[in-house]
Amino acid sequence: MAELEVSGITFAYEETPVLSDVSLKLHEHELVSILGASGCGKTTLFHVIAGLHKPQQGKVVLNGRDITGCPGQISYMMQKDLLLPYRTIEDNVILPLLLKGEKKKEAREKASLYFEEFGLEGTQRKYPRQLSGGMRQRAALLRTYMFSREVALLDEPFSALDTLTKSEMHRWYLDVMDKIHMSTLFITHDIDEAILLSDRICLLTGKPGRVTEEIVIKEPRPRKREFNLTEEFLEYKRRILERL
Amino acid sequence: MKRKLRNITSRLLPVTAVLLLLAIWQTACAAGLISGFLLPSPLEVAMAFVKDFPLLMDNAKVTLLEAFIGLAVGVLVGFVTAVLMDCFDWLYRAVYPLIVLTQTVPTVAIAPLLVLWFGYEMLPKVILIVIVTFFPITVSLLDGFRASDQDTVSLLRSMGASKSQIFRYVKFPGALGAFFASLRISVSYAVVGAVISEWLGGFNGLGVYMTRVKKAFSFDKMFAVIFLISAISLFLMWAVNVLQRISMPWEEENR
Ligand SMILES: Nc1ncnc2c1ncn2[C@@H]1O[C@H](COP(=O)(O)OP(=O)(O)OP(=O)(O)O)[C@@H](O)[C@H]1O
Ligand SMILES: [Mg+2]
Repeated sequence: MAELEVSGITFAYEETPVLSDVSLKLHEHELVSILGASGCGKTTLFHVIAGLHKPQQGKVVLNGRDITGCPGQISYMMQKDLLLPYRTIEDNVILPLLLKGEKKKEAREKASLYFEEFGLEGTQRKYPRQLSGGMRQRAALLRTYMFSREVALLDEPFSALDTLTKSEMHRWYLDVMDKIHMSTLFITHDIDEAILLSDRICLLTGKPGRVTEEIVIKEPRPRKREFNLTEEFLEYKRRILERL
Repeated sequence: MKRKLRNITSRLLPVTAVLLLLAIWQTACAAGLISGFLLPSPLEVAMAFVKDFPLLMDNAKVTLLEAFIGLAVGVLVGFVTAVLMDCFDWLYRAVYPLIVLTQTVPTVAIAPLLVLWFGYEMLPKVILIVIVTFFPITVSLLDGFRASDQDTVSLLRSMGASKSQIFRYVKFPGALGAFFASLRISVSYAVVGAVISEWLGGFNGLGVYMTRVKKAFSFDKMFAVIFLISAISLFLMWAVNVLQRISMPWEEENR
């Protein structure tokens, strides 16, 4: 059984239809990316899955439970890092725990276990504006992880970074993923990134958007750094470019 | 090093300007260009200040007490109104024009009425100060709440945050900067409001002292009390700055 099952989602902002009959599945420990052009409705789809928007049609089911239109069930990292400028990194990261009613001290203790793993040691007492873009992204990711370890929605987590920082973050992310085993839905419009990181790629195209193609990346994990230079990689890329 | 130097010069500049002004004033008075009856010299003002110092302090105590109580109540009222108006849109639409209306009524016009209704004690003065101080607080807090980032609010909603949690973690801290800006205004309004209400009826306070020395044509004392009131306002604004720096540590320069 799929951990997260999205079926037949249709959504429109007032008069503009954005999504039409979108369905996808996410299995345990899987990383599925949603690839599509700018403005095709990727963020909207995530808002629906996270329960922030109610779809006109369709269902979102998490572990067999219907959670359509109920926020507070799935970790969601938005397109911007949205770290609160007036809280230290540590206090930003424990925010989901505080919202669930945990005590500040216990929450800090819990979070402190992960700072090293996320490459954030020494930043606990700093404010977001004192950190580089890459570090802020890691902090936002850790906050997402603190909310729940089941399913995470990541909306273009690395798109704001420069190419070098980005590939460093990819390597780091694949590393962390191997350790924490989170199931992830991942938005990107970077084809290389999608092939490098995903188990499956869903292509979202058209207006209103729908999932037109699903591509399975068979390359086993952990993936080598040279994967994106291989013949297979190029073959995948060719296939995706044809379909987009 | 260069920066430090510039810092010192920028701080010395206003001090020099004030000293220069005082020097010109003193010379003009000493040379007899202005009659001592119309404008006392700075030295005379300073002497009057020293001579009446105990009396001035006694009166200042009363005025400050009124200003503090009025400001505290004003801030509380301003805060509660802003929160309620932010929560309930119908309340916002119903009450906002009324609140603006309270600000168009001149203070000097309502002060005698308040004296008539509530007597010569502290109550009418505190009420007047509340009326003048709550408005800047309400307006800026409301703006601050409404300017909160919608994406951040969505993020907290996705984490299952309740309305009150969103207020506590996003709206309130986001409005702090605006709050302190308005507090600086309200602090000076509070002092001036206290003095004005004392002019129009009372037994103690700097405003009462002012009316008394005016009737006696002691312009040196008049100037002494004017300077004292300015100094108190400046000191209080500085105190607000310190309070702001302490409660908003994230605004500090990266060091
Ligand atoms: N709140 C809104 N109200 C009305 N229309 C909206 C709203 N948000 C987005 N849209 C429209 O819905 C469409 C899809 O937007 P969405 O943000 O989901 O795209 P996206 O695929 O995430 O794009 P990008 O890659 O640029 O982030 C766009 O045409 C956009 O103009
Ligand atoms: Mg988007």
